[in-house]
Amino acid sequence: MENEETMEEKKKLKVSAIRNGTVIDRIPANELFHVIEILGLTNGDFQMTFGTNLESKVLGKKAIIKISDKFFEEDDVNRIALVAPDAKLNIIRDYAVVEKRQVSIPSEIHGLARCLNPRCVTNHEPVETRFTTRMSPNGLYLRCHYCEKETSGKNLQIISKNKS
Amino acid sequence: MKSLISINDFNKEEMLQVLDLASAYEANPNQPLFRDKVIACIFFEPSTRTRLSFETAANRLGARVIGFSSLSSTSVTKGESLKDTLKMVSNYADMIVIRHSLDGAARFASEIAGCPVINAGDGANQHPTQTLLDMYSIRKTQGTLDNLSITMVGDLKYGRTVHSLLQAMSHFNPRFTFISCPELGIPQEYKDFLDERGIRYEEKQVLEGGFEQADILYMTRVQQERFQDPMEYERVKDLLSLNASMLNGTKPNLRILHPLPRVKEIAIDVDERPEAYYFDQARNGVYTRMGIITYLMNQ
Repeated sequence: MENEETMEEKKKLKVSAIRNGTVIDRIPANELFHVIEILGLTNGDFQMTFGTNLESKVLGKKAIIKISDKFFEEDDVNRIALVAPDAKLNIIRDYAVVEKRQVSIPSEIHGLARCLNPRCVTNHEPVETRFTTRMSPNGLYLRCHYCEKETSGKNLQIISKNKS
Repeated sequence: MKSLISINDFNKEEMLQVLDLASAYEANPNQPLFRDKVIACIFFEPSTRTRLSFETAANRLGARVIGFSSLSSTSVTKGESLKDTLKMVSNYADMIVIRHSLDGAARFASEIAGCPVINAGDGANQHPTQTLLDMYSIRKTQGTLDNLSITMVGDLKYGRTVHSLLQAMSHFNPRFTFISCPELGIPQEYKDFLDERGIRYEEKQVLEGGFEQADILYMTRVQQERFQDPMEYERVKDLLSLNASMLNGTKPNLRILHPLPRVKEIAIDVDERPEAYYFDQARNGVYTRMGIITYLMNQ
């Protein structure tokens, strides 16, 4: 792990630094655009750079996002734990890392994912989806507040939001 | 204000309180306690037993009943949303009993209505009043809910009564045997649920007797529409059917329950056996629903 950290630090130096903002590291490469979607980064006028398919000992291929002048609430950023459970956040102020954060899976999720049960009322009436999360030896499960069916985190479908 | 949408909405004490009320109503069924109340029974899909049982329960409690029993007589045919229909009904009634074909519709209803809501079946999800009447039948025939050996047979994958009863009985240290074909086996999430609570269970694939230790045999209907191959359905159906000869050597307190309607999973020759309890079980529905209405009205 320590070697990985050292390597990560070196890699960071190769990418242009940001003065103030947030760096999100250790995103699985294939989840990059989900993370962007979940954080509502598709709208907004802040500067954002991302790299993907970077080598990672932990993830194989990883992605990284740097967003200038953008800081997240803990509840908002924890939502990405559904697709990027190993993600790490570095909060940057005046080119220096002032805080490191690890995401954690929230116990409840509102309006983020679609219920995969086609007979669920949320797929027929205008109602926001709600799930409680459960970790089992087989991974993450989301239990629908309405139809009470469980969906494996592996089959998660993100609802497009375009929140700025 | 409290609603009953899922069996998990009631804790152990609340379940026992409802069962005690049901026992009292069985002893004295005509108790017009709610003469000033209006109960709306809104059934968006057809039902015979549940609707009549709720309406009987409401009438025996002195309440007036409004509602509908099919979509054709409602504004839903004009395109009215479920939300608007519920808003309108909750303006008229003191309590809503709802059945709907969509999973989760009853929870949605309880969040919109300004009065208590009772789920009378939401798609393949929950049917908590059936579970409470099953529990009432179990307690009545066994004298207790504790430490019972319960064998569940049939469609354990989609059968909502199976899932709810399993969750409800988990408060009472049961031991389960699940008998079903692999296509209709008990889902992993319910095995996880039992494992987390340290509740013992075993799984079998053929119904061939061997219930020597069972106190309750809970039969369910295997529905043809669950199978893509009709031949497979015919094969499985026979493997999960009960006949009188299988009951030899069982405990004298064994009782057979079935949420009904029964098709061929219980042979007619079982009906005359002392273990057959499924028709009495249906009668218990009225008392149990009287207990549920009373409990929720008084919250």
